[in-house]
Amino acid sequence: MRKVAPESENSWKKTDYGPNKGVLAVDKEKVRISPKHNLLSTDFNMRIFPLFLLLCVAVFAGDLLNVSYDPTRELYKEFNQAFEAHWAAIGNGKIHVDQSHGGSGKQARAVIDGLAADVVTLALGRDVDAIAQYAKLIPPDWEGRLPNHNSPYTSTIVFLVRQGNPKGIKDWDDLLKPNVKVITPNPKTSGGACWNYLAAYEWGRRHGGETAAVEFLRQLFKHVPVLDSGARGATLTFTKRNIGDVLLAWENEAFLSLKENPKRGFEIVYPSLSILAEPSVSIVDKNVDKKGTRKAAEEYLNFLYSQTGQTIAAKNFYRPSRPELVPAEYLEKFKQMEMIDIRTFGGWEKAYKDHFAEGALYDQISKK
Amino acid sequence: MKKVRPFSPNTADAPWLKSCLIAFAVLVVLVIVVLPFASVIVQAFSEGPSIYLTLLRSSDMQVAVLLSLKLAAIAVPLNAIFGILLVWGMTHTQLPCRRFIMALLDLPFSVSPVVVGLLFIMLLGKNAPLGGWLEEHGVQVIFAFPGLLLATIFVTLPFVARELLPLMEGQYRQEEEAARLLGAGWWRIFLKITLPEIKWGLLFSIILSLARALGEYGAVAVVSGNIRGKTNTLPLHIEALFNDYELTAANAAATLLALLGVITLTVRIVAELKKKRDSNEH
Repeated sequence: MRKVAPESENSWKKTDYGPNKGVLAVDKEKVRISPKHNLLSTDFNMRIFPLFLLLCVAVFAGDLLNVSYDPTRELYKEFNQAFEAHWAAIGNGKIHVDQSHGGSGKQARAVIDGLAADVVTLALGRDVDAIAQYAKLIPPDWEGRLPNHNSPYTSTIVFLVRQGNPKGIKDWDDLLKPNVKVITPNPKTSGGACWNYLAAYEWGRRHGGETAAVEFLRQLFKHVPVLDSGARGATLTFTKRNIGDVLLAWENEAFLSLKENPKRGFEIVYPSLSILAEPSVSIVDKNVDKKGTRKAAEEYLNFLYSQTGQTIAAKNFYRPSRPELVPAEYLEKFKQMEMIDIRTFGGWEKAYKDHFAEGALYDQISKK
Repeated sequence: MKKVRPFSPNTADAPWLKSCLIAFAVLVVLVIVVLPFASVIVQAFSEGPSIYLTLLRSSDMQVAVLLSLKLAAIAVPLNAIFGILLVWGMTHTQLPCRRFIMALLDLPFSVSPVVVGLLFIMLLGKNAPLGGWLEEHGVQVIFAFPGLLLATIFVTLPFVARELLPLMEGQYRQEEEAARLLGAGWWRIFLKITLPEIKWGLLFSIILSLARALGEYGAVAVVSGNIRGKTNTLPLHIEALFNDYELTAANAAATLLALLGVITLTVRIVAELKKKRDSNEH
């Protein structure tokens, strides 16, 4: 017969509780120096300690770190290679650019908390403002240090719908039709979502004034089943997880979805009114001065405005700020439409205070 | 020895119930474990084995794998040593706040990993007094290797101690006392009596913390900064690849993580078999 639990049985027998407590019941079997146990224990120490010492050293050294927002992964993958070649070509030797991506607000937060970015290329000026304001790593007058409000490329907000546009979505008011599910990321963490929100607000304001705009947004967010933290997350929710009928997306992100899902079939719908989304770039002054990388960081951003940089941006579906440098074939796809910009809302500082700050309009409308 | 009766006579009386239950269990395992696992493997190899190997050889992937292994190789032994020392101290001394320490030790299990990451940022981020001081002296903790290591150590902290506590509280204490009376030093006692007693528990808990260290996502994600080829661990790299539309690469990376899981599982099974044989010998 098989023993059920030989070990516990044995040890139970060995243990003397009760009347014999305190009497040493020595199990000779165990005190005897068993060669097997000996082997295991020394083996253990021999194996772990050298490994531990060997792997204690870890060095992180990067040349340049670009902390960016969510949809720019493909853009900067291509651009970094071009820049690394350019930097060597103008006689500065080898350089490597590291990338970090995530929701724009989250990324700004990470830089504030110490992520050692040399340059930030974020979704909106407000996030650069936040770094200037809370961590003082960037001077407050950063905007204007580079052409076109520090935006080497711009984009806009469009609708991405499923093939054949089954719900017949043409403009902002169609988003409120019953049974239409709208996908947008969370304006608290995503820059793209802020642009979505502002474009929707302006459309509402033009169709009935400020009260109507607030009501329009309140209704709109009732149609949103999932609030992802970044634009790429929202895109994947819509394209890969097949949730929702319409995605409010960066134009570049919408084009990329068409390219990445040739078989699935999506269509871009241009609403009657949208917003000129201006992603902002800046060097992070305190970080580059500490690391001694100011020259490379400045050249990196200037190179974004060069013919190479502008063409790479256009190829990756961003509207170049200097289209005259870019071959026409890359520009055809950008449709012209009426666009407002952040100045309509009094600049980012005011827009943030009115809409996205703690307890501001977005918080009020998203309360159930 | 008495024959142990089956716990529930009902199943023995109704064979159809038994087979239904077994079928249900198999179905659940199939749908929840086998199917996703198989789909990962199929997708990883969907572009052929040579592409699979090329993907695994990409530099970002290798950095991610190496980083995860490094973190585990440091965190797990540290936790093993810490666990043994702590439990030894708690069972061999009359600590007044024993229960309190045990409750503290459970904290990494009960607190959400994301909160753990945030706590480290609050403590060691650039804007915290301690983190600011470290940064002034050129030490970057958060968004660099030390931060990742701290997060990994924290989430794997309780494994060894929790597993060893019941073992070291156990019956072998009298043998220890005997050994001491016979003149053995503490190191000798530890090697000859304590370690053989706890070795299986120790091994299992090390395997568990290894699996957790390699697979940890939440806490590490917060303190990583997501720099590709620098601070992305294997789980973080999988997410990054997925977000980049690099599905095949993401699945290839996932097979690596799964492979590590299978290896730890195998070690566990082998160890369990050995343990059985070991205790049968006694």
